[in-house]
Amino acid sequence: MVYLTRLEHFNAAHKLYNPNWSAEQNELVFGKCANENWHGHNYELFVTIKGEVNRDTGFLFDVKKLSELMKIHILEKLDHKNLNIDVDFMQGQMCSTENLAKAIWEQLSAHLPAEVNLHCIKLYETPRIYVEYFGD
Amino acid sequence: MAPKKVSVFRHEHFNAAHRLYNPAWSFEKNDAVFGKCNNPSFHGHNYELIVKVTGVPDASTGYVIDLKELSDLIKREVHERFDHKNLNLDTAEFKELNPTAEHIAIVIHDLLRPHIDADKELQIRLYETPRNFVEYPA
Repeated sequence: MVYLTRLEHFNAAHKLYNPNWSAEQNELVFGKCANENWHGHNYELFVTIKGEVNRDTGFLFDVKKLSELMKIHILEKLDHKNLNIDVDFMQGQMCSTENLAKAIWEQLSAHLPAEVNLHCIKLYETPRIYVEYFGD
Repeated sequence: MAPKKVSVFRHEHFNAAHRLYNPAWSFEKNDAVFGKCNNPSFHGHNYELIVKVTGVPDASTGYVIDLKELSDLIKREVHERFDHKNLNLDTAEFKELNPTAEHIAIVIHDLLRPHIDADKELQIRLYETPRNFVEYPA
């Protein structure tokens, strides 16, 4: 079993705001992140796949193809966007890093060939904060 | 011994939403010039700020500037204005000024400058992304 990781980056605006709560409760729970006019981050996205190495190519998966899948299904939807407003697959969800990592997993796993398994989505919201999602 | 100048640095960070947009231009022209940065619903960055102060260390303290005082100054003048804010909507400084990294660096310099001794030099380095950064004064 080999693990292969591709790193991409995007930046976006968001806010943490639960529409079912009052402004006061949002402020209490989310603090500055609840700013109604948004704030933003440079996100760093690590996608790790796992599987066996193909005897003919020596590849687990063509990393250029992985990069293209990430660009088409993730970066084009998220980069320079407002996560709360502009992103179809985040509609109706809180735009936390946790939920975003899970959503990226869902978007990407649908487009990977059967012999390639997604292992981990690691998503940095800031250089000091990141989440990992392993699909379970 | 001739006085020897030393540069000291404080590294801070903040994050914010912004949009690059010139209201004097059409949407199409803004789109042509600023591309994805012109998204009307904004995007955002983690900004990394490096403040450089240069001067001769004080004979009594050995300090160019007390870095705790510099840190407190940056928190008061920069973080409270810009951290977790929308630069276009929430700040007085960018009501009329396009919030490019260049302009943000100049604004931060001008906010800090009055609070730092006149015999010290001040330079701002601002990272908009890990790969894009600016310095002012040049």
